Amino acid sequence: MTNGWVDIKNADVILAMGGNPAENHPVGFKWFMEARRGRNAKIVAVDPRFTRTAAVADMYAPIRPGTDIAFLLGIIRYAIETGRYHGDYVKIHTNAPYVVSDKFTFNDGLFSGFDDKTHSYAKDTWAYDGDPAKGGAYLVDSTLQHPRSVFQLLKQHVARYTPETVERICGTPKDKYLKVCEIVTSTGNAQRVGTITYALGWTQHSTGVQIIRAGAMLQLLLGNVGRPGGGVNAFRGHSNIQGATDTAGNTEILPGYLKTPTGTQPTLADYYTASIPLTLNKQAWPSMNYWQNYPKFMVSMLKSLYGNASTKDNDWGYGWLPKIDGNYSWMYIYDDMYRGSSMRAGGKEPGPEGFITFGMNPVGLGPNSKKMIAALSKLKWMVVVENSEIETATFWKAPSEYGGASPAQIPTEVFMLPAANFAEKDGTFTNSARWLQWKWKALDPPGQAKADQEIVSRIFLAVQALYKKEGGALPDAVLNVSWAYTNPVNPDLGEVLKEMNGKALADLKDPKDPTKVVKTAGQQIDGFGQLMDDGTTSCGNWLHSGVYTEAGNNAQRRNNADPTGLGMFHNWAFSWPANRRVMYNRASADADGKPWDATRVGIKWNGEKWVGDVPDMKPDAPPGTFGAFIMLPEGVGRLFSAALADGPFPEHYEAVEAPAPNLLHPKVTSNPTALKFASDKDSIGTADKFPIVCTTYRLTEHFHYWTKHQQAGVLNELSPGFFVEIPEGLAGEKGIANGSKVKVSSARGSIEGTAMVTKRLPALNIDGKRIWQIGFPIHWGYAAAEGHTGPLANFLTASVGDPNTWTPEYKAFLVTLEKA
Amino acid sequence: MASQTLEIKRSSASMWGTSTGIRSLPTVAKYVDTSTCIGCKACEAACQEWNDLKRVPTSQDGSYQTMPELQADFWNLIKFNETEVDGELNWLMRKDQCMHCAEPGCLAACPAPGAIVQYANGIVDVNPDSCIGCGYCATGCPFDVPKFHAKTGKMAKCTLCVDRAEVGLEPACVKACPTGCLSYGSKDDMVALGILRVKQLKDAGFKDAMLYDPQGVGGTSVVTVLKYNRPELYSLPADPHVPWGVKVWKQVVRPLGVIAGFLTIFAAFGHYTKYGPKEPPSDEGRAA
Repeated sequence: MTNGWVDIKNADVILAMGGNPAENHPVGFKWFMEARRGRNAKIVAVDPRFTRTAAVADMYAPIRPGTDIAFLLGIIRYAIETGRYHGDYVKIHTNAPYVVSDKFTFNDGLFSGFDDKTHSYAKDTWAYDGDPAKGGAYLVDSTLQHPRSVFQLLKQHVARYTPETVERICGTPKDKYLKVCEIVTSTGNAQRVGTITYALGWTQHSTGVQIIRAGAMLQLLLGNVGRPGGGVNAFRGHSNIQGATDTAGNTEILPGYLKTPTGTQPTLADYYTASIPLTLNKQAWPSMNYWQNYPKFMVSMLKSLYGNASTKDNDWGYGWLPKIDGNYSWMYIYDDMYRGSSMRAGGKEPGPEGFITFGMNPVGLGPNSKKMIAALSKLKWMVVVENSEIETATFWKAPSEYGGASPAQIPTEVFMLPAANFAEKDGTFTNSARWLQWKWKALDPPGQAKADQEIVSRIFLAVQALYKKEGGALPDAVLNVSWAYTNPVNPDLGEVLKEMNGKALADLKDPKDPTKVVKTAGQQIDGFGQLMDDGTTSCGNWLHSGVYTEAGNNAQRRNNADPTGLGMFHNWAFSWPANRRVMYNRASADADGKPWDATRVGIKWNGEKWVGDVPDMKPDAPPGTFGAFIMLPEGVGRLFSAALADGPFPEHYEAVEAPAPNLLHPKVTSNPTALKFASDKDSIGTADKFPIVCTTYRLTEHFHYWTKHQQAGVLNELSPGFFVEIPEGLAGEKGIANGSKVKVSSARGSIEGTAMVTKRLPALNIDGKRIWQIGFPIHWGYAAAEGHTGPLANFLTASVGDPNTWTPEYKAFLVTLEKA
Repeated sequence: MASQTLEIKRSSASMWGTSTGIRSLPTVAKYVDTSTCIGCKACEAACQEWNDLKRVPTSQDGSYQTMPELQADFWNLIKFNETEVDGELNWLMRKDQCMHCAEPGCLAACPAPGAIVQYANGIVDVNPDSCIGCGYCATGCPFDVPKFHAKTGKMAKCTLCVDRAEVGLEPACVKACPTGCLSYGSKDDMVALGILRVKQLKDAGFKDAMLYDPQGVGGTSVVTVLKYNRPELYSLPADPHVPWGVKVWKQVVRPLGVIAGFLTIFAAFGHYTKYGPKEPPSDEGRAA
C-alpha cells in the first residue's frame, strides 16, 4: 500500500476493484465502513461477481474477468475528455509535460520494438525525445500541448476506450459505467481524494502489472497519489507477505528491493552501472534520484552478510553473491523440474534434483496440478517444512485423477520437517500498510516442531560444516557468511531484527560538522540516512532501517496517540521507509508546499522544514528544490514508463485463454509478451471447445489451504465443501439444480463440486454475444482433516502468466460445465 | 445459562418475578446494522466458542449461509438473502438470533415454573435446571428461535451472553464484529444509534430505510437497521406477535385456571367452615 489501512477512512471515494476486501480483508474493511460513516464516502465495487464487498458498496458494476485495463483506460479517457482531472497536480508531479521520442509508435496492438521471435520488446524507442539518458537535450512542455508530450500521447492512446467500446469489451452496461466514471473522477481536484484498493484480482492475470499500472496512472491524473485518503493500495494475501517481499522473497531481488546480480555483472562497478538510474535534471524541479545512494545500501548489506570477510579489496564480497543467468521464479523452476532440463544455458543443464519447500504448498497453489505432481515425481529428494501434511508432502499418493505415477515408481525421497505455526513463534508481521509489528509467541510448538529460524540455521550450519570439511564447488560463498548470533542454531529474532536495522562499525561523523560523532562504533543506527558505502556501517535491509534503534525495538511500539487525526499513529510499530505512513507525501502539497486540502495534510512547508507525516523529501529542502517522486530519475510520477516488459502504456489484451477476439486489434488478441510454457502438459483451451469464462477466489471462512487441516474450531463447518458458483441463466440452460453435483473441465482436466446457482454472476453481453462466467474458491485439496477434502481448484488453471512478475493467470481461463 | 446475580423481572409459569426494584438496571440491547454487515460470520464463530457449543456438522447445499436455520447448538446465524429490489440485485445479510422481546412469547408459553426468565435488564434466558423440554416456547416465539436439544433434552437459544452482560461486557458476537455493524449498550442508546444510521441511509437515497424494533412483541433487545422497509426481504416477520393460542393460554385460560383454583380452595374452605370435617361413615351403617 502506498498509504495504510487506517488511512482509508480519509477517502471520499473508494474504488474496490480486482479484490473483494470484505471477503478477504474483513478486519481492514472496517476502515471502508468508517469512511462511509465518518465522511459519507462512496464505495464502488467492480467485480465479475456481486461479492460480499458489492453487498455493502454504494454501487456495483459487473466486469468480465481480465478486461480491467479497458475499464480503467476508459475512466482515464473520461477524465481527460471532461476535464475532470487535477491539472495543477499533473503539471508539477507527473511526467505529462515530457516530450517523447518520435520513434515511439503504437500500431495494431503492438508498441514499437516488438521482436516476433522472442515475443519481447526492445525498449530503446520508449524514451523521451533527445535521449536524456545519454545527456541529450530533452524537451518539457509545461502547457501539455506539444503533440508528442506524454499527456497528448496518453490522450490519443485512450481515445479508443469510449464507454461504448468498454461496454463491448467488459460487458459493463454503459449507464453503470458512466456512473462509475463520474464518481471516481469526482476526486480529480484539490478538494476531494479517492483511493483505489486491489488484490490478486488485478495481479493474477497475464496483464496483471499493466492493470495495476493503469490504476496508478488514473490516480496520478486525479492527483490522488501521496495524499491522505488516496493512493494505490494493494491488499496482501498473508499476514506477512509484505515482509517476505521486502526481505527478498522473490528471485529477482535482494533485501530492500536491491537487484539480484546477473552473470553479466562480474564486479560491483558493473552491477552499479546496470542498477543505478541516471539523474534527469532539466525539468522545472531537479530530481533527487535517491537511488544514487544505492552503494550505501549495497555495501552495508554485504557487510551484514559477510562481516569481517567483506573488505574494500574484495569488492565487499560481491563476488560471493549468487549471480543469476536467467529466470528462477517458481513457474520456471517447476517447468525445469518437469522437463528434467533447464531452459537456461541453451537447455543443456539438467533440471533440479532436490527441492526444499518452506511454508509453501506448490501442489495446491501452483497452476496445473497435474504438471506440478509430475514435476515433483522427477526429484531425487524433497524437504517439506510445514505444520500440516499438505498436498505437496503427499503428492506421491494423490488421487488417481491427478495422473501421478504409482508410488512405487516415484523415486523422490520426501522429508517432512514439522514447523511451528505463526502463534508458536515470535517475530514481526509486516502488514499491507508496511508496518513492521512485533508479535509474541503464544504457545510452544507441538512435538518436535521447530521455529523457522532454527530449521534454517541448522540446515545452514550443517551445509557450512560440510563445505569446511569437503571443500566442494565455490566454498567461499558459504564459508564467508557471517553467522555471529548469540545462539547460532536458534538465533533470537530480536537480534536478527537488529542486524536488519543496521549498526555503525566505526564512529560515524555528522556530515555537516565532522567534529561531531553521531554514532559510536557498535551503536544501532537511526535510519538508512546514516548508511555509508565505505564499510563503516552494516545493514541487512536498508528499507527496514529504523526498526531497531538505540531506542529499542520499534516494532514493539504500541502508542495509539494520533496528533494528525488522520490515523497515522507514528508511535505505533514502525512503518518502512523511515516510519513514513503515506508514501510520496510531497505530492500532497502544491508547488509552494501548501497542502491541496488543509483538512487532510500529508506534509506542509512551514518556512523552515516539512511538517506532518515523515516527509518523503529532504526535510529542510524548500519547495521547488526537488521533485516529489524521489525514487525516480525524473523526480515525477510516470504516466509513460519504459520500466515494464509489455509496453510504456497499458493496453487491453484478452487473457491467454481468450473467450472472444480482441475488439481493438484482432491480430494481437492476448498479451504478446505473456509468459507461456510449452511442455506436453501445457495445453491451452480455445473458446470453441471451452466457451465459459472461469475465475477463482477465496472465502472469508477459510485461510488458503490451511483451514481444511484444522482439527478444532468451527471454520470448516461455517463454509463446508467445494462449490461452483453458476449464473441462474446458465444453470437453466444446462438443467442444473442448486445443490446438485456438476463437473467443470478445462484443457488441463476436470473437477466436480456442488452447484451454487446464483443471481450474483450476471450474463455478460460481449460485443453482441452472450458470454457466461462461473467461478469457484480455491481452499480444498486431497490433503485435509477427515471430511474436508475436495478438488484442487488449480487442477484447471494454466501455467501462463504476467511477463513482469511471472504470476500465473488464475483469474481468467476457459472451461465447460455439465451435470456430474 | 441462568444468571445468579441479575434480578429477574418475569419468570415463566409464575405470577411474579423476584425483582425487588432496589437496583434499577437499564434495558440492554444489541444493535445490528444490516447495511454494513459483510456476512463474514465472525459472530457465528465467536458465539460457538464463547458459549462452548458443540460443532454442528454442515454440508454444502448451494448457499453461503452456514445452515438453513438456527439449531440447539448454533445460536447465531447470518441469513443470506439474494433478492432484487427495484430491479437492482441485493445480497442482504442479517444476523439471526434470539430477539429478546420485551413481551416474550416463549416465556408466556412456557409451562415450567422458572424455565424461562426475563432479567431486569431485558435479557430473556432459558434456565436449563427448570426446563422440561416440552417445546412450548418454540410455538410461542414469532421468530422461530428456541430449539430442542436432543442430547440434553432442554431448549436452547442465544442468551445475549448474559454471563458477559452481568459483568459489563459486550456479547461475544459484538466483540468479534470487524466492521462495527454490531454494537451493544442501553436500549435507548442503541435506538438512538439506529435512528442516526437510518437518517444517513435516507440521505444516501434509501428513502424507506427503517429501524426494526417490532412493537407487536413490545419491542426487542435486538434493534436492526434495514435499508428497505420490507423486513421479509431479510427473513424477518413484518409484524410479529405472540401467537393467539399462547395469548389465550396466558391471558385467559391460565388466569381462569388460577381463579378456578382459588375458587375451589375458597369453596372447600367455605364448605368446611359450614359443614365441618367429613365424618367417617358409622360402622352401623356398613353393617346394615
